[in-house]
Amino acid sequence: MENLALGTIAAPLGSAILILIVTKWWKRFADIWATVVGGFTLVASILLIGSEPIVYRMGGWAPPWGICLVLDPLSELMLLVINLLGFFVTVYSLSYMEWYTNKPKFFALFLLMMAGMNGVVLTGDMFNLFVFLEIASLASYGLVGFGVEAEELEASFKYLILGSIASTLILFGVAIIYSVTGSVNMADISVFLKGTGNNAAVLFAAVLFLAGFATKAALVPFHAWLPDAHPSAPAPVSAMLSGVLVKALGVYAMARVFYNVIPVDPIFLKVIMVLGVISMLVGGLLAIGQWDIKRMLAYSTISQIGYIFLGLSLGTALGLVGAIFHLLNHSTYKGLLFLCSGSIEKATGSRDMREFGGLSKRMPVTSIATSIGALSISGIPPFAGFWSKLIIIIACFRAGEIVPGIIAVGVAFITISYYVKLQKYTLFGKLPDKLAKVKESPFAMSSAMIILAVLCLALGLGYPLLNSSILSPAANSLLDTTGWGYITNVLGF
Amino acid sequence: MYILCTVLFVIGIYSIIAKRHIVKKIIGMVIIEYSVNLFLILVGYKAGGIAPILAKGQDVAEFASKGVDPLPQALVLTSIVIGLGTLALMAALAIRLYEKYNTFDMSEINRLRG
Repeated sequence: MENLALGTIAAPLGSAILILIVTKWWKRFADIWATVVGGFTLVASILLIGSEPIVYRMGGWAPPWGICLVLDPLSELMLLVINLLGFFVTVYSLSYMEWYTNKPKFFALFLLMMAGMNGVVLTGDMFNLFVFLEIASLASYGLVGFGVEAEELEASFKYLILGSIASTLILFGVAIIYSVTGSVNMADISVFLKGTGNNAAVLFAAVLFLAGFATKAALVPFHAWLPDAHPSAPAPVSAMLSGVLVKALGVYAMARVFYNVIPVDPIFLKVIMVLGVISMLVGGLLAIGQWDIKRMLAYSTISQIGYIFLGLSLGTALGLVGAIFHLLNHSTYKGLLFLCSGSIEKATGSRDMREFGGLSKRMPVTSIATSIGALSISGIPPFAGFWSKLIIIIACFRAGEIVPGIIAVGVAFITISYYVKLQKYTLFGKLPDKLAKVKESPFAMSSAMIILAVLCLALGLGYPLLNSSILSPAANSLLDTTGWGYITNVLGF
Repeated sequence: MYILCTVLFVIGIYSIIAKRHIVKKIIGMVIIEYSVNLFLILVGYKAGGIAPILAKGQDVAEFASKGVDPLPQALVLTSIVIGLGTLALMAALAIRLYEKYNTFDMSEINRLRG
């Protein structure tokens, strides 16, 4: 099991380089090998679910001296989220990326990004977290600008500048934490800070972490890069960025740092809550006015990330379960919607909703998948999105946070309204003459969309099973501050 | 020295926000990175420190009291390499942007709105 966990980082990392070398002689190798590696990491992350917490000591050095990888229930869930979407996006890009010239380089960057994200969720070391975060971020800057057209380069440059500042702030925070505690191991830092309490330096470091991770997660005052970067990227990359990257680098890292490393402080939870509520509102309101289909989805991501942070900030078990469940759901349906927008873009050559209409007649698979994704994200009962939003809203009222709860209900209606707009202008209505010849997307793209659509429904119906097997353990591993579960696992005392 | 760190950081932020020229923004980014690297080095600084390698016949107690902390140096090395990667990517993007827009002025590179 230990090696399986390590393999989810090592396999994509090694393959990224291998692909670049081998494709000099054999072009098809990139397609085959990327699918194989994607499949391997998916199988590995499914097998790892429910296993006992694992601590892998790199080079045999025991923590707190060596770097260790920690697999606890939250990491298991995040691994599943990353690799599930990662595999389907790989399958989708097999045919989508034919549009672009250099497929092997795309897969190399893509696998590098996967390796970085898997590393972020597995590592138990603050500096190692920063390193993996930079690997994932640098690969994603490259992927956003992959088309090397004017808009893509511009978006990539903006994203690069903001992302680098965020990374630097995080590194600054790590340095301050190190100067206070003399350690970069998460569990060791936590033990030290529990003994001394939060002094001014730790609070400053916490503010730096907050700003850094909030930029990575695109919470509202820090969101400027997301609506540019996500629509400009190729559709599979948008799906990965919106579906997984902002969660692994932003939400997961924030949750880990503010629950497991730095002792939970009510002030920070309050700040995160306010940021989450603002993100929900602003993201939702801006999404209504968009005509570019991918830009609308990008603003919708900001809004949904707000929900996740609202759930996280409550600090109760129910709120955390809601947040983690919403994270899982959002990665499937937002990934699905971005893939659908990609296949619409590929078929029609446009992203402007005003030019569409009646696509349900010409592209049945895409339109059914889009409908399922839109219904799920706007919270229609049998689908997954309804349950996670319901849990977050109930958790708000249970925790006595009435105003955020009411806003969350209101934003759910806003969400419905802009997805109704998307469906009305894209799928239904009259088919414009120039779109009369559009074709359904190829098999690889359709199959990825169908499976993700089925997952949207299955996650909703399978909630009781999911809750007992993975969501509750994940929430508990964050909350378990009295039993010191995380620390005991890592340090072994 | 900590003040120098802060000053560098602020200069970097200023040049990213206020300067329009892409290359100046890149330089600002690099300055920020180096201010943080400097801070990391300062964390491990020890006046009159010796290299953290235990030589043959060296007194262990003296080594423990005088040897500098090796960890920040390792961290800085890693972060410099990461900074190099970022810089290379930024420079490559700047060149490509110049090819597309024929300008280095960021205020004229504004086709994305919203």
